[in-house]
Amino acid sequence: MKSIWSAWSKNQLDRLFSSILLTFCLVIILIVGTIVYELVSRSALAILHFGFHFLTGQVWDPVHQVFGALPFIYGTVVSSVIGVILASIVGIATAILLTQYGSWRWLDLISILVELLAAIPSVVYGLWGIFILAPWLRQSVEPILNRGLGFLPLFQGQGYGVGMLAAGIILAVMILPTITAVVRDVMQAVPNELKDGALALGATKQEMVSLAILPQAKRGILGAIMLALGRALGETMAVTMVIGNRPQIAASLFAPGYSMASVIANEFTEATSKLYESSLYEIGLVLFLLTVVFYSLARLLVWRIRLQMRVNA
Amino acid sequence: MGKTVVAEHLSAFFGEHQILHDVSLEMQANQVTAIIGPSGCGKSTFIRCMNRLHETVARATMTGRVLLDDENVYEANSVWVRRTIGMVFQKPNPFPAMSIFDNVAAGLRLNGIRKKSVLAEQVERSLHMSALWDEVKDRLSAPSASLSGGQQQRLCIARALAIEPAVLLMDEPASALDPISTLRIEELIEEIKCQYTIVIVTHNLQQAARVADTTAFFLSGEIIEYGRTTDMFTTPSDKRTEDYVTGRFG
Ligand SMILES: Nc1ncnc2c1ncn2[C@@H]1O[C@H](COP(=O)(O)OP(=O)(O)O)[C@@H](O)[C@H]1O
Ligand SMILES: [Mg+2]
Repeated sequence: MKSIWSAWSKNQLDRLFSSILLTFCLVIILIVGTIVYELVSRSALAILHFGFHFLTGQVWDPVHQVFGALPFIYGTVVSSVIGVILASIVGIATAILLTQYGSWRWLDLISILVELLAAIPSVVYGLWGIFILAPWLRQSVEPILNRGLGFLPLFQGQGYGVGMLAAGIILAVMILPTITAVVRDVMQAVPNELKDGALALGATKQEMVSLAILPQAKRGILGAIMLALGRALGETMAVTMVIGNRPQIAASLFAPGYSMASVIANEFTEATSKLYESSLYEIGLVLFLLTVVFYSLARLLVWRIRLQMRVNA
Repeated sequence: MGKTVVAEHLSAFFGEHQILHDVSLEMQANQVTAIIGPSGCGKSTFIRCMNRLHETVARATMTGRVLLDDENVYEANSVWVRRTIGMVFQKPNPFPAMSIFDNVAAGLRLNGIRKKSVLAEQVERSLHMSALWDEVKDRLSAPSASLSGGQQQRLCIARALAIEPAVLLMDEPASALDPISTLRIEELIEEIKCQYTIVIVTHNLQQAARVADTTAFFLSGEIIEYGRTTDMFTTPSDKRTEDYVTGRFG
């Protein structure tokens, strides 16, 4: 009798415990749900008022109550793409170095330094961007790019230092740890047998990387890039400090721009009218959706690799 | 034509850990040399010293000499060494993202051969040699992963043979395979040994007895005994060899 009783009570305890856990889970679901609901319902005014033109409109004029988000979408996408391109080049190269050139004794130091980058607060990057990066761009980099590649619209016009290029570079530094770490892990997961197989055919190290490592790591590298892109899209503080905060679409990377996250951060307190506020919410919604898309793509790619690794093991 | 490989006073290390202790062994041209011994005794490490794969592992070092027909392997270019001394691994390791054809052609392409007709001819020849041609001739562009384990291993043999090495190192090439595939690989060794120097690591003693002209017995990183295979199995001179080949340990 007693044992049945205690078994039952244990069972009940177990159920109590799992319902507590469930409650905490529900909190997370509730938070996400509330955010999405609020974003949508508070954007409703702007969505109804501007319709699809909100996304294509280039004018952002609070005085006349005209709100078009394209310059911000453009600024966010372009600065993120610049950041991702730069960070991919450096990150993939670093990951190859870290995983394939194992005998070099500075490797641990590099590894630690790259991880340290992730620990630096965003606002510190912003300060660095304003006081060091921007002057350097204005005085050295932009004139050189203009002289060498000035035939491209990308590198035309006066360089102010702050602008799209500065934002892209700051983002690149900020997402470098993500790309490097994920690509490094993906490359480490490539079985040694494949490396040996390539080397045994007389491949040089570089041929081995392109023959055995990159084809295997390709999907994971893409996943890392998507993940980094997701981060870059939402980054606010550092970008706000260096992008120039002017809602315009300019072909030149030297020109100032504006990003979705920045305009929300900068203008929320001054959004005096309902429509103004609702428009900022809609920008938030667009940013959220964009980020979700890239995070999902990244998860899908990285998740499939994990699955593959488990099958291989 | 095969070339004779001579290891002289080879010692190999992983970090501080010494794996091979002053090993010397001559592997005759156009013969099959089997290396037997309990697992962990350094067989793989030994043959990986022959084609300088050992040194590609972090913290792995070695001392001693390896001669390839009088040429010191460790004074030659390591890429050239690995093209001359081919290798087949324990676990079939075709490049999974590549087709059957591209796998066999990989080494040729590394050698700068681009001409389609030459590639096609070499690939067919190698696949014939590894007795895989009939099974794959209609699906050369299929991914290598679509082959069975035994077929993948023969694909790896074809890949190694395609660049016409002088020596073929085989590290337990049949240990992951079914008996039929194993038999095919043994037949294959029999057929190609007149053109190559073959060094095969095996933990299957019958396999050594079937395919090898000479056999070396390794124990704890040292060569205990080395001689004609028949002698090794019938009249071993060392007690430890006798224990091993009669199955008393290992
Ligand atoms: N990459 C490595 N790093 C450190 N130790 C290793 C490595 N590979 C093999 N060893 C060690 O070297 C010894 C010999 O290994 P191996 O040559 O693979 O033996 P066998 O092929 O005879 O089974 C083993 O004790 C093994 O643990
Ligand atoms: Mg082994």
